[in-house]
Amino acid sequence: MTAFYVLFLFLPNAAAIEPHLSALQVVIPLLAAPICVVLRDPKLSWLWALIVSWVVFFISLVILGKVLAEGVITYELGGWPPPWGIEYRVDAANAFVLVIVGLIGAITLPYARASVAREIPKARIYLFYLMYLLCLTGLLGITVTGDAFNLFVFLEISSLSSYVMIALGSDRRALTAAFRYLIMGTLGATFYIIGVGMMYMMTGSLNMADLSTLLPAVEETRTVLAAFAFIVVGLGLKMAIFPLHTWLPNAYAYAPSVATVFLASTATKVAIYALLRLVFTVFGGTTLFAVTGVQEVLIILALAAIFAAAFVAVFQNDIKRMLAYSSVSQIGYMVLGIGLATTQGLTGGLVHLFNHAMMKGTAFMAMGAIFYVIGSVQLKDMAGLGRRMPISMAAFLVAGLSLFGTPVTVGFISKWQLAQASLALGWWYIAVGILLASLLAIAYVWRVVEVTYMEPPPEGAPKGEAPVSMLVPMLIMAAATIWFGIDGDTTLSVAQAAAEALMGDQP
Amino acid sequence: MMHQKVVLRVVSKLLIPPILLFALYVQWHGDFGPGGGFQAGVIFGSAFVLYAILFGVGVARRVAPPWLMRLCLVAGVLLYGGTGVASLLLGGNYLDYNVLAHDPLHGQHLGIILVEFGVGITVAAAMITIFNVFAGQSGDEE
Repeated sequence: MTAFYVLFLFLPNAAAIEPHLSALQVVIPLLAAPICVVLRDPKLSWLWALIVSWVVFFISLVILGKVLAEGVITYELGGWPPPWGIEYRVDAANAFVLVIVGLIGAITLPYARASVAREIPKARIYLFYLMYLLCLTGLLGITVTGDAFNLFVFLEISSLSSYVMIALGSDRRALTAAFRYLIMGTLGATFYIIGVGMMYMMTGSLNMADLSTLLPAVEETRTVLAAFAFIVVGLGLKMAIFPLHTWLPNAYAYAPSVATVFLASTATKVAIYALLRLVFTVFGGTTLFAVTGVQEVLIILALAAIFAAAFVAVFQNDIKRMLAYSSVSQIGYMVLGIGLATTQGLTGGLVHLFNHAMMKGTAFMAMGAIFYVIGSVQLKDMAGLGRRMPISMAAFLVAGLSLFGTPVTVGFISKWQLAQASLALGWWYIAVGILLASLLAIAYVWRVVEVTYMEPPPEGAPKGEAPVSMLVPMLIMAAATIWFGIDGDTTLSVAQAAAEALMGDQP
Repeated sequence: MMHQKVVLRVVSKLLIPPILLFALYVQWHGDFGPGGGFQAGVIFGSAFVLYAILFGVGVARRVAPPWLMRLCLVAGVLLYGGTGVASLLLGGNYLDYNVLAHDPLHGQHLGIILVEFGVGITVAAAMITIFNVFAGQSGDEE
């Protein structure tokens, strides 16, 4: 990772750009977004979004390299020193999430051109890329900022743009799905800001690092207690933690394929990061997480999510919807990592952010390709698809194997890490739970495999693969699913550094 | 139809210019008194909305065509962000107004005026666009 930082330093003007990298990470997509409206042309706006995505990805890699080599980066926006001004503060944890968002953006965009052209009316395509860039801005902003209120602003930017992206889906049910998400998302954001307001009331500060030193003195007050509750529930809504997940399945199922790939791999991950940051940094100096029972509640909800959502997934006939329920289940694993609240557990949760982005990205990309060719993702239309679209189905199979945690895929790495972390705490029943839940995952993946590989294709069914521009990104993601499953050390060491950065503020 | 209401038409014709002027006052006086880009943008946009209600959306769209509003939406954001980029290029942090002029005080003045003007343009254009879309005729796709 540090290689990218060294490489960057050879660029012309690197010394002048370097101090501003964390601001540029957000500013570039933000200012690039309105340009899409000027461009208007579908191809040009796609190309523009592609270039921006790759620049953003490169910056995120450089930032991660720099953080790993030199430690925390801070940036004073507008030259106002914190805690008065807005501070951008990047440690290993945000740098890791920045890379996930940047990577998914950079891989999704080449894939997007053909899929978006097929699913969205021509006159609206530039709007899709506009909203994508705004969503990217919001997600990167949430990740990069060190200011609790600024986080809310970026949360709204990313949420509003993702509602529009979902509503652009070709199925009319996309509109109700987007509206439902709008209501739930707005509730979540409102709860969060109420919590921030209460913290501000007690401490007079919005800067996260500053709050973490001020909050312990007032942690006994009811206001801070309420603030903590509001923030956990508000962010819980955004990250679709069971039972606050009800907006997610329809939103993912009816959104345009590209929006699903992008949002499923990034949006909930960033919300989880936000919760981590608030719980372990802002409230890190207090004992609220342990004494209020939030820790136990999170573990119970995580286990409930892992089982209930996987169980519901088994009965879905719309495969995008099935994968969406599987996402709720996988989010459970990440929350479990938070709930364990040890460096080892947090490492497992964080590495699962990355690993789940890889496997769910692959699976939804395969669904996008299937929708492109046969115009449906219903299980009944997928008979014999293993022979009709061998490459897409192979990619789906890799993702499926990873979903139930087969060795040599990324799913194994994170589940192993989480199981070990719970054993280290002596909570062996959680490790057993992880194992049992994997069996449920086998059940829902197997249903798809059975129909697509065992049943013969119907007469006159459409054949042939999606365009190369969609297959290559999908195969890269599938390869990454296996690569990081064999070489788990790279991601685990970064996740460990991230977990240590978060837990470092613990007393 | 509103078109026949003579009193409303005359009064609104009298009111619209002061509304626009007041919007500009709120805009440019925002850094000394209450006001600023957002409020000014809403007031400025409301003049167009009043005009559209009384004289028909079609006529209002001739004054403020959708393509122009779209351009204004973009221009405002870019003016805001561009001010930040300008301070980057002049050697400051993003949105550090101090470096925009020969001394920090003037720089702060210039910076906040430019940024608020950007907000004003975008908010006014957004108000007009939202009204146009809801008024039946699509404000976005012709």
